[in-house]
Amino acid sequence: MNDTHDAPPSSPLRRRLLMGVPLAGAAIVGVGFARMLSGMQKGSFDPHKINTPVINRPVPDFTLAAQPPGTGFSAQDLRTMTKPVLVNFFASWCIPCLAEMPVLMTIKKDIELWGIAYKDRPENAEGFLRHSGNPYTRIGSDREGRTGIDWGISGVPESFLVTPGGIIRWHTATPLAPDILQTTLLPLLAKLNSP
Amino acid sequence: MLSPELGHYALALACVLAFAQAVVPLIGASTRDIRLLTLAPALALGQLLALLVSFLCLINAAVTDDFSVQNIVANSAVSKPLLYKITGVWGNHEGSVLLWILILGICGAAVAAFGRNLPGILRARVIAVLGIIAAGFELFCLTTSNPFARVWPAPMDGQGMNPLLQDPGLAFHPPILYTGYVGFAVPFAFAIAALIEGRVDAAWGRWVRPWAVAAWCFLTCGIALGSWWSYYVLGWGGYWFWDPVENASLIPWLTGTALIHSATVVEKRESLKIWTVLLAIATFSFSLSGTFLVRSGILNSVHAFANDPARGIFILALLALVIGGSLALFACRAPALTSGGFFAPVSREGALVLNNIFLCSICAVVVTGTMYPPFMSLLFDRTISVGKPFFDATTIPLALPLFMFMGIGPMLPWKRAQLWPVIQRLWITLILTGLAFAISLWGVAGVFPALSCGAAVWVILTSITDVTERIRLFRMPLSGSLQRARGLPRSVFGTALAHAGVGISVLGLAVMSQAQHKITEITPGTTQHLAGYDWTLEKVEQAPGPNYTAMTATVKVSRNGHLVAMMHPSRRSFNAQHQTTTEVSIHTNLLADLYCVLGDQHGTDANPTYVLRLHYNPLAPWMWLGALIMAVGGILSLSDRRIRVGAPRRAQSAARTVTSP
Repeated sequence: MNDTHDAPPSSPLRRRLLMGVPLAGAAIVGVGFARMLSGMQKGSFDPHKINTPVINRPVPDFTLAAQPPGTGFSAQDLRTMTKPVLVNFFASWCIPCLAEMPVLMTIKKDIELWGIAYKDRPENAEGFLRHSGNPYTRIGSDREGRTGIDWGISGVPESFLVTPGGIIRWHTATPLAPDILQTTLLPLLAKLNSP
Repeated sequence: MLSPELGHYALALACVLAFAQAVVPLIGASTRDIRLLTLAPALALGQLLALLVSFLCLINAAVTDDFSVQNIVANSAVSKPLLYKITGVWGNHEGSVLLWILILGICGAAVAAFGRNLPGILRARVIAVLGIIAAGFELFCLTTSNPFARVWPAPMDGQGMNPLLQDPGLAFHPPILYTGYVGFAVPFAFAIAALIEGRVDAAWGRWVRPWAVAAWCFLTCGIALGSWWSYYVLGWGGYWFWDPVENASLIPWLTGTALIHSATVVEKRESLKIWTVLLAIATFSFSLSGTFLVRSGILNSVHAFANDPARGIFILALLALVIGGSLALFACRAPALTSGGFFAPVSREGALVLNNIFLCSICAVVVTGTMYPPFMSLLFDRTISVGKPFFDATTIPLALPLFMFMGIGPMLPWKRAQLWPVIQRLWITLILTGLAFAISLWGVAGVFPALSCGAAVWVILTSITDVTERIRLFRMPLSGSLQRARGLPRSVFGTALAHAGVGISVLGLAVMSQAQHKITEITPGTTQHLAGYDWTLEKVEQAPGPNYTAMTATVKVSRNGHLVAMMHPSRRSFNAQHQTTTEVSIHTNLLADLYCVLGDQHGTDANPTYVLRLHYNPLAPWMWLGALIMAVGGILSLSDRRIRVGAPRRAQSAARTVTSP
């Protein structure tokens, strides 16, 4: 750097341009930050978002034991379905799951719900469903959390919309809330049901 | 008396004074009006006084549990211990901004008080630049982050503080770290003043360096304290996570380290001037961006501050003004700065250039790794995370040559040096380093850790050799050596000590990579074996605390049947915040840490099992000890006679500069 900066200027213009490089670099980064901030305000940019690589992919292979009071299921069961299914990971130790239950109870008339009890003791999960109500048609027990890893979940609750043929169309890593239903899930379902 | 209203008023007053401080001295400097110039120190002191009153008011509100103040409601509670009521003032966004501004005020006042031997115009301009920054951030504090905002009706009690922050280490971490960040505002202001004046010379280098060294010492301590806190509070067994907030403190540290080295080249050789000015601007720009972008929520970090994009826009505008303005000034004025002479590649200044190249490359790598995820997300809508594997793979190969040159550099004379005589003086050191490398190849797994061990030993030994060679120890009678030692400038000892500190830290980091750990789920009475120690979980007891319930384990650690330590890791459940904290138990003998964490309880109540995490961390304390030694080295060189007594004078050609009477 001493050669370029402290040598007698070979070309004044080049020297001037060189001194402008830090400003140009800072300006580019600054514009980037400004776009991120405005994106965050509008909701189009979320640095904390975790994107899921499973969207539009077939469901991973798995077979789950029955979790009372439901019957277990496998990837094959999902693939042979003729209607969309919402697969919901839950656990008795998860407080947001408890908060999500009333919402699940309201949408079970719109879509079939299959539950997966994630890293949970069967007796605890059963007690949980006895208290909060059972929105699920079938329930599998993922005691070790292996299936959860294959699905790429980062926590519970998470929900996946699986269309006939066993393709994951939509995913959310947050508890389902009425506004997500109205803005995203139900319109998507309407679109899927009327091709 | 010290009501929140007074504090609010004092903050507004400080803002007005800062605006005056920003404008009046600059007018005085351009019109050569001595009356206006002499106002600068007075305004800086006045601003500091107003800020002190404001800060005291906030502390008073916290101590007296004034829950009509929003900030106190959100972060304090009656049951909080007094120490944390005081330190909790800067444990949140608004309060920490006020602390940041207060430290900036102290810096301005320090230039006013200790800068008496500076030329009047330069001092006035430096104070004015500090005033511009202060005015901007005081306006930010008043308009978007007012710590004195009231709530009505006032609640009976506050919401309390995050239990993780109730820790003495974290209580003093922010002030020290911020002093490091903000301290670099002074070299920045000197750089801007020099650009306005269009003149950088040896005297400028000598004036800037003590401020940069002081800020660097604080930043070093601040980073070390933060790392130590995460080591013993978070209970993950780690000490550095390459988190954006941590990187935000490391980046200015790297450029700041480059700055204190390149400033010596300006001072001794009148060379690298433009580069040094740019480093001074860059270091403070990185400090600013780091501290404030973290709060805008752009960087995805585990350090949660209340994220608010609206606040972020104000900050970004402010950053654009300060950083963009200074870089625009740099682009205009730097080409006109006169250039120094050439110098030989093999010389002290040549080694310092290498130091700068490597430090700035490491910095570039860290900046890239930190900024990559948000920019990938913005440009290509892809979420990725950059972590330890990337940083390890990129920084270590750049750091190793840096350590190599670091050993030789201080022994090379200025201007023109020969490598051969230096190597001759270092032959014992070379042999010892080779030996250490051989031992570490045998004892340490992995090539990079072994190389790092060798490099660390090399740095420590060369810094010792540097001093022993200078005082001709063992080459002349001891009394003669002592005589010579007394005659050596303290900065020589400072450099040697700081370099040895780097070596000690690196040795700690390298050996820490050999740490062993084990996670088990055991019943009381069982014994586990790790790193040659027998760890027996004797019992687990429940005990109530003031605002939590604790589950405390007793772990007996013995080696070959001899008792080494009784350790008591515990878990605290805070009911108010629904939060559990782990209290790590650490037993250290300064060569290794035994580190024990109690996890969840499993099993039935009649026959419980407990998750226990055991770590054996060799040389862990050296990482922070080394940082402390670095800072002591910096302080020692600050006490050098040249800085204490010598009032540096500009060369005779400086006649065109007006000096204040």
